[in-house]
Amino acid sequence: MSSIMELAATLETSASDCHPASVPDYTPLAELRDLQLQRLQAVVTLAWKQVKLFRSRMDGLGLAPEDIRSLDDVARLPLTQKSDLRDTYPFGLFASPMKDVVRLHASSGTTGKPIVVAYTQKDIDVWTSVLVRCFAGCGLHRGDIMQIAYGYGLFTGGLGAHYGAEGLGATVVPTSGGHADRQIMLMKDFGVTAMCCTPTYFLHLIDRAVELGVDLKELPLRAGVFGAEPWTESMRKHIEKMSNLEAFDIYGLSEIIGPGVGCECRRHQGLHIFEDHFYPEIVDPETGAPLEDGSEGELVLTTLSKQAMPMIRYRTRDITRILPGPCECGRTLRRIDRIGRRSDDMLIIRGVNVFPSQVESALLEIEGTLPHYQIVLTRVQGLDQMEVQVEVTPQMFNDKIGALQGLQTRIQSALDHILGIRVRVALVEANSIERSEGKAKRVIDRRTA
Amino acid sequence: MKIQQISLFVENKPGHLTAPVRLLAEEGVDIRSLYLADTQQFGIVRMIVSDWQKAAQILETHGFAVKVTEVLAVEVADRPGGLTGILTVLDGMDINIEYMYAFPYSRTNEAILIFRFSDLDRAMAQLQAAGINLVTSEELLPK
Repeated sequence: MSSIMELAATLETSASDCHPASVPDYTPLAELRDLQLQRLQAVVTLAWKQVKLFRSRMDGLGLAPEDIRSLDDVARLPLTQKSDLRDTYPFGLFASPMKDVVRLHASSGTTGKPIVVAYTQKDIDVWTSVLVRCFAGCGLHRGDIMQIAYGYGLFTGGLGAHYGAEGLGATVVPTSGGHADRQIMLMKDFGVTAMCCTPTYFLHLIDRAVELGVDLKELPLRAGVFGAEPWTESMRKHIEKMSNLEAFDIYGLSEIIGPGVGCECRRHQGLHIFEDHFYPEIVDPETGAPLEDGSEGELVLTTLSKQAMPMIRYRTRDITRILPGPCECGRTLRRIDRIGRRSDDMLIIRGVNVFPSQVESALLEIEGTLPHYQIVLTRVQGLDQMEVQVEVTPQMFNDKIGALQGLQTRIQSALDHILGIRVRVALVEANSIERSEGKAKRVIDRRTA
Repeated sequence: MKIQQISLFVENKPGHLTAPVRLLAEEGVDIRSLYLADTQQFGIVRMIVSDWQKAAQILETHGFAVKVTEVLAVEVADRPGGLTGILTVLDGMDINIEYMYAFPYSRTNEAILIFRFSDLDRAMAQLQAAGINLVTSEELLPK
């Protein structure tokens, strides 16, 4: 232990950033690049050997694992995207036999079927370790009481953060999502010092606390680790002002590992990517061509140590840039800017991924035809609300109230089922949804920061 | 003996009834009776009009979701017990009233009840057998 502390002390970092788990964050650059290359070669070899899709794509490019001789060669590898997970549903991209897989998670795909991700025990350990580094970087440690209000279940948020907080040695309060009043009561009664949830859910808790007469500023809360959806600086200011905690942005996606791909440190100048496990690139979202550090483009990630489901050059569809230069915190890990937008039409609602195409497949399933529809997003008391407005066509119209309410309920349950979140369905008059040049605008986003 | 009723879908928002009603007025279609069935979010306008074919065509060409439904118009004495007398005839037949509405018949001291039954034909036969007067559209809407 003393040697680690000595090592950390030589790194000229502030005392609050020094946590034993964070040592890899400060790996000297040359050593980090060597480690990345070794791991890249190993993961490419694994994917080529075990995953048919990767092998056939590499063969198609006349590329063998031995051709990866430097980190620059990563750009020669084929890109992977979400549809590849859908096309190989459920287990087609697994590189480990099921007997070695200890966990499956799933998140929504672009159509009806979810996408599935797998973990070996070592993958879980890596996942836990990066989350420990996230939390340590936020200044959390043993003795902190951390309330995890991300959803537990197939969604990676809840269990991921849970294992990370336990790994840190913190006291975990696994509340999962929902039940705002109870969340607030436990924050208060247990003396919770850190919250993990989506930023919009925390906004909701802030508003609810005001209604309940609980002043969050009076509580021992000192950090909030918020992620699973894009948020803004103005939201951060509001959250910090209303609850007197330090708000951190955490990044991740199930396809890569879940939360913990990257996280802010206490400098709050971008999110450090845990580059020893996830190799970041920025590419042109149109052409896929690699872009220099500093240019804005689509984030592409390669898992460097994943066993059960290695991902080679996965297109995240998140638009950001790699921030040039080192962070004042002393970490050698490169940073990305906060995610502001996406290159596809994916919506993130209360932390859940939603594609307009999912709404279409649900509507098609019910009526056999596709009525005009529109998705309207609003934020009520900090919580995202999704309303699907469906035009009542003459074919769908029935002059009995019960029949129309039945239709509304059927659409509602189909959407709940396919999206995994509660939405509101509104039947609207035929031709009432505005069409621009014959094409309806599918999404109206009225959520403001 | 069945008569045609025009139904149309409207959202439950201020002003949404105006447009269809104005369209009918401009084309000289007279609304004999109008009944609005509403939920919190939407409503169904049911109308007996002077010319249902014309009304349906006008509304459809203006993009409304329209349905023409057959209903029965039953003449009943406008006094206590009038409705009971009609309903008793259908007792034990397992026929459901999907909806109904009433309006006074100005020419006589009668009321007109508009019924939509789950089994319109059986209801009609039973009511006629009991000597109850079913009003035709010609009687209801003299041109």
